[in-house]
This record gives sequence, structure tokens and C-alpha cells, in this order.
Amino acid sequence: MMLEQQMVLFEEDFEKIQKLCQELAAETNAKLVFLVDKNGQLIATSGDTGTMDTTSLATLAAGNIAATSGLAKLIGEKEFSILFHEGERDNLHLSTITERLILVVVFDHRTSLGLVRLLVRKSSRKLEELFAEINSKKGTREQNTIFTEITDEDIDNLFND
Amino acid sequence: MAFINYSSREINVKLVYYGPGLGGKTTNLRYIFQKTAPDTRGRMIELATETERTLFFDFLPLAMGKLGGFSVRFHLYTVPGQVFYDASRKIILKDVDGIVFVADSQIERMDANLESLDNMKIHLAEYGIRLEDVPWVMQYNKRDLPSAVDAAELSAMLNPFGVPEFSAVATRGEGVFETLKTVAKIVLKELRKQYTGGGQ
Repeated sequence: MMLEQQMVLFEEDFEKIQKLCQELAAETNAKLVFLVDKNGQLIATSGDTGTMDTTSLATLAAGNIAATSGLAKLIGEKEFSILFHEGERDNLHLSTITERLILVVVFDHRTSLGLVRLLVRKSSRKLEELFAEINSKKGTREQNTIFTEITDEDIDNLFND
Repeated sequence: MAFINYSSREINVKLVYYGPGLGGKTTNLRYIFQKTAPDTRGRMIELATETERTLFFDFLPLAMGKLGGFSVRFHLYTVPGQVFYDASRKIILKDVDGIVFVADSQIERMDANLESLDNMKIHLAEYGIRLEDVPWVMQYNKRDLPSAVDAAELSAMLNPFGVPEFSAVATRGEGVFETLKTVAKIVLKELRKQYTGGGQ
């Protein structure tokens, strides 16, 4: 049996995802928008990430969603699809999209939780449609990934230096 | 579940260090963190209790060179080893691409090793994965301690599948990178096999 199917993202799809994140950031007036997979891999960001450690943010967001999903199951819920963390200056809004993705919005007083929630819902639908389209193209394109272009020797050589 | 990003030209892989409590999983990651150049690794996150026991997970992102023009990035996680953090362990194991099982060589920790190994199999099975289908390696840690069991005996007890095994003293870094490099290679070769249709 094979391990779970890998996620492969091609440039053209990435651009569409990136555009949706940018739109959401602009419409909500949020500081940052991140799209993360539930495994903690960062897929796209929008906004000025500056010195922010985006890798850690993605991992902890995924850990946060995973832990609260565990809590949800304990009380008989499927999952908590929205999490909101309120800070003194900045707030975090995390929401799950499909089985695999987490949309993270970082925002401050220049916008409101209500607006963020409303527009996140709208963007989530668009992202769902986009990922359904990406997944439907999958089978044909995965024949030609980076792993078909390299050899086991290349892998061995990766650690020889 | 590996993530191959053609836009950033990155291959992202998830590795999990599993094993009994106080076996040296966090020590492995700390050593890797200390000995790698700052430009090849990110920040190490330790979600630990006040007594420095892992509460949820440790995390270390690591760049390990280039393959066919793609950066190979490994996300290293540890699980909390203590028995009662079972739910957290299961969460961390989800979508794993490769595992390092860090066994404690001391005779008094044999039951804990076996219990943890069983626990890992159970959690993988809950995700529909058989241990023999996951790329994994075995590390016998704490070889320097006086009550360390003979390596051959450990192997007979803990490694029935005959996966690659390493002796280690993680506090001194012995065996740490050998373990990491081997599991990394196995994982990448397995990914390659999946895409080229080999070994089916």
C-alpha cells in the first residue's frame, strides 16, 4: 500500500491561489493572509511578511487546528472550523477549507472580525472550487514531476558533500 | 504527505522522531539545530512543559540541498514520549513521510520501547498505514550508559523488519546525522518510486 497521495502544486495553480489570497487581504484590509495545509506546509502568503517566521507560523497554525479538532471529536463534534485569537494589537482568524487547508488571516483595528469572517467565507468557497479543479487535473500531470527526472544516484549524492 | 511546489521549486517532506519518553528525540533535534548553518535551517520550536518535557511537539525546518533544481526541505517533528500524551502523538504522526524511532538502550527502558513501538503501529493503522509501508529507521540511543543492552539484542527485539539501524549518543551527536541522512534518502527514494511506478 502506498502512503497518502502527495500534494503537487504547479506554477499556474499557485498564481491563482496567490491571487485569491491577495484579494482577500486587500478586501478585508488585513495585514497578512496565509494559506497552509493541515500538515503545516505553507502554500501561499499575501501581505508584508517582513521578518515574520512564516514557516513556524504555518506549523503552529496547523498544530493549533489539529489540537482543537482533537478537542472537537472528544465532545462529539466533527471539528471546529473557525478559530479566533484576540491579541492586544493583532488578531488571528483561522478557518479550515476542505479536508486539507487552513486559511489564516492576521488583522488589527483597521478592520473588524465581522468583515474578516464574511470575506473569509467568500474566499473559502473560491479556494474550494480552485482546489477541486486542481485535483481533477492531478492524474495526468503527476506523471511528469521532478521525481521522474532524477535518479536514486542523485538522491545518494545529495548528502555526499 | 510530501508537498512539491513548482512555483517555489521546493520539495517539502515531513519526518517524525517517535519513541518512549526521555529517549532523546528532542536531543536529536537540538543537536541538528546546533550543528547546521543558520542559513539552512529555520527556528526550532519546542512546545514543552515547564520541566522541559515535550508537551505537543518540537519542530525544526531544515534545507538539505538541491535535487534536480528543487530545494529539498525537511520538516522535523518530535512527538511527546510520555504515555498520557497519546492524542498529541497521533496528531503529529498524521501525513508523515518518514519516521526515526529513537529507542532508549537502557535495559530498564525495554518495556517502554516496545510499548512505544506498538503505540506507533496502532496510530499508523488508524490512518490506514502499515508500518512496513512507511520509510523508517531505528536509532538505539544512549549507547554510552552502563545499563545499555547489547545492540544485537536490541535489534532482535525492536527491529523485526530489519530497517536500517544506528547506534547513537545523541547528547554528543554520535549517530545523529547518520540517522537523519539515511531516513532522508529512504524517504526521497520512496517518493521517487511512487512517481516512477517502480516497486509496485
